[in-house]
Amino acid sequence: MRQVIQVTSNNRLFGILVPIISVLLGLIAGAIIMMISGHNPIEGYVALWNGAFYDAFTIGETVRRITPLILTGLAIAFAFRTGLFNIGAEGQVIVGWLAAVWVGIAIDAPMIIHLPLAILAGALAGGLWGFIPGLLKAKIGVHEVIVTIMMNYIAMYVSNQIVRSVLTDHSTSTEHIASTASLGSEWLQALTFYSRMHYGILIALFVAVLMWFIIDRTTIGYELKSVGFNKHASKYAGMNVSKNIILSMVISGAFAGLAGAMEGLGTYGNVSVISGFTNLGFDGIAVALLGANNPLGVILAAILFGVLKEGAGEMPSAGVPTELVDIIIALIIFFVASSYIIRWALLRFKKEGK
Amino acid sequence: MEHVIEMLNIRKEFPGIVANDNITVQLKKGEIHALLGENGAGKSTLMNVLFGLYQPEAGEIRVNGETVKITNPNVANDLGIGMVHQHFMLVEPFTVTQNIILGNEPKGKLGNINIKKAEKEIQEISDRYGLKVDPSAKISDISVGMQQRVEILKTLYRGAEVLIFDEPTAVLTPQEISELIEIMRSLVKEGKSIILITHKLKEIMEVCDRCTVIRKGKGIGTVEVKDTNPDELASLMVGREVNFKTEKKPADPKEVVLHIEELYVQDARKIDLVKGLNLDVRAGEIVGIAGIDGNGQTELIEAITGLRKSRSGKIQLKEKNITNLKPRNVTKSGLGHIPQDRHKYGLVLDYPIGANMVLQTYYQKPYSNVSILNYKEIYNKANELIKEYDVRTPSEYTPARALSGGNQQKAIIGREIDRSPDLLIAAQPTRGLDVGAIEFIHKKLIEERDKGRAILLVSFELDEILDVSDRIAVMFDGKIVASRKPEETNEQELGLLMAGSTTNEAGDSSDIK
Ligand SMILES: Nc1ncnc2c1ncn2[C@@H]1O[C@H](COP(=O)(O)OP(=O)(O)OP(=O)(O)O)[C@@H](O)[C@H]1O
Ligand SMILES: [Mg+2]
Repeated sequence: MRQVIQVTSNNRLFGILVPIISVLLGLIAGAIIMMISGHNPIEGYVALWNGAFYDAFTIGETVRRITPLILTGLAIAFAFRTGLFNIGAEGQVIVGWLAAVWVGIAIDAPMIIHLPLAILAGALAGGLWGFIPGLLKAKIGVHEVIVTIMMNYIAMYVSNQIVRSVLTDHSTSTEHIASTASLGSEWLQALTFYSRMHYGILIALFVAVLMWFIIDRTTIGYELKSVGFNKHASKYAGMNVSKNIILSMVISGAFAGLAGAMEGLGTYGNVSVISGFTNLGFDGIAVALLGANNPLGVILAAILFGVLKEGAGEMPSAGVPTELVDIIIALIIFFVASSYIIRWALLRFKKEGK
Repeated sequence: MEHVIEMLNIRKEFPGIVANDNITVQLKKGEIHALLGENGAGKSTLMNVLFGLYQPEAGEIRVNGETVKITNPNVANDLGIGMVHQHFMLVEPFTVTQNIILGNEPKGKLGNINIKKAEKEIQEISDRYGLKVDPSAKISDISVGMQQRVEILKTLYRGAEVLIFDEPTAVLTPQEISELIEIMRSLVKEGKSIILITHKLKEIMEVCDRCTVIRKGKGIGTVEVKDTNPDELASLMVGREVNFKTEKKPADPKEVVLHIEELYVQDARKIDLVKGLNLDVRAGEIVGIAGIDGNGQTELIEAITGLRKSRSGKIQLKEKNITNLKPRNVTKSGLGHIPQDRHKYGLVLDYPIGANMVLQTYYQKPYSNVSILNYKEIYNKANELIKEYDVRTPSEYTPARALSGGNQQKAIIGREIDRSPDLLIAAQPTRGLDVGAIEFIHKKLIEERDKGRAILLVSFELDEILDVSDRIAVMFDGKIVASRKPEETNEQELGLLMAGSTTNEAGDSSDIK
């Protein structure tokens, strides 16, 4: 029995060590690249650090950047834990953003009703965007990856069209939402020298807890995971396989929709015509991967990526191009994906140490 | 050199368990050597060590007298060791030839794959050993027995001199088993050596030369088959006397629990496989369905359990019409189902074995309350069942996947019986179980019968049908064609009936219902 505990905790240790080592390797590789291209890696990383943590303002901005990443990371992790690959978080973010802002503009109500309603609209829109691929997968077996990719484009063009011709008269961005629908907080802004930090971070953290609770503690999670692992056995056990596939996509979509709502109601306060994807959904895939599809892991991974991306803005001051951060992120993902190698190396190391 | 393979004092540990503890097996050239042991004794593990899938913690392996280190299956292949796994490893959409040459493709001058040449070679090997395999058939189109012969061909094509069979007969019908036995005989005639894992003592007595017995990971010893008998083998492996003949009181059938009327069920290709079937099963009796695979048994079970829609007819469970109800509702109406394919239907292999114990009841109290799982209750129940049904597992948190095949089956059986359903459908319930476990399961089934449950047993093992049933219904071509009392029939007559000879030839069949 003692041995069992030891080994499972060993496995857990591996689970934690692999992402940490990947991150370190990514940063080291980044340093090497900086060196080769004639920059001083220490100056580069100091600039990165300052870009994310220099003062209260940058910290506030870093937090607001982390917020939607947590949510899209959770969205993808949730689907993944139930055997589905939701590439459509991007589109779900866009429709969630649009719906939340729409409600934020169009309705006149006291904050206690207006704000929750706008947030809910974002979640519902994202959920709807997950529902369609879920339905197609459950009923006629179309692979969710293909449908969600296409749904991303539909979301982008539909959203642009609505902004242009429904919400405005051929303008490229909408008016500002009513203050009763805003997540912004004067208190937080004052605290952070008027950064765009907003209450959304609390929502993101709450959703992380929610995901853990649904997946690990409820019969819903038991069914969702079971269907993801083995459809036949789930059917045999009396679960409704189609319903669970759809439900998983809806919940995942709702999480991503919330990420959009955070941007619409918190950071920007409006929605604009976009010429390309926000990338929040795609970055969520990386966040989920690094976070091992675990809510706490997702939060930590989102913090890391948020910091890197926010800090990148300051790197040109050390002469390093911002793109380097994208390279580092890509390398980290590369190392996580090849965790097999790290695991193997660790095992080797341990054996020799004995 | 007399021994082709020697595994000396092998030790293999898994987290929390010593699967092989100082085991020695020596294989002579040209012999069929049986490996016998209870479920979870460590047979598959030992063979996986020989095949290079696991590395032993201690011990020595010699091939033709030379000490070797088998670090992976390729090394095993090079040493002439081939393995036919219990769960086949074939690519379904590929043809037989493509599967066999996979990873070992014969190259033409331009590096192209020379399929023609391969097909010819495969045909030759197939003919030489009487494997009767069509090299150009697709795997998804051929029977389980044929798939197994493809696995055998694969090892031969790679030049195997030593073949390991891990429970090859567990998935085969009796006809296929006798074919396999013939194949094994012709293999040793050609100078190959075979290690055979099986739980069926009859097979060991029939084809094997020697038998090594393992008990709880320890080597008990090797015996000459001609100097022993099934009783001795059984007690060697279990460590106590085993009763082959199940003892039971005469049945006392009461009211009809399962009533099936003019049932028609189609398979995926929309062909009727159950064709106007009538059957009654009463409380307090075990009805055994005897039949050759493919006569509609699977479809019948799926229709009763709600996994498949029936085209017409009626299925009634006690007073309730359950025709075409969803599985959940059928289960709630009082059905327990030990499925034929335990990996596909019986378990969520990635869940802990404990979580699998509540697969149908997780949403009920006390396992959950307003949708919130109560793990304490779940694992308490799991522990109770693990103890009662002697499921050997390091802990209730171990993934179901890591349990040995027989222990997975015991877990499913425990779960299904424990719900004390009015009707229990047991499809091949003892497939892959050791004799001790079979005795235990049969006793449990009879216990349930005596508690007044109705039991429908479907099995390809005539021994089992004859031994456990109170009434035997013979199924042929989608219908029940005859009904017999076990004490008034025998294997020969059942065999004839199962092959579809008319009732006149085989004797009268009144009292079908
Ligand atoms: N990969 C694994 N990880 C952990 N434990 C394992 C693993 N494989 C096997 N075991 C354990 O090792 C023991 C021996 O298992 P093994 O599969 O060798 O049994 P077996 O003799 O083949 O049984 P069966 O007749 O039921 O197939 C079992 O207790 C099993 O739970
Ligand atoms: Mg085995």
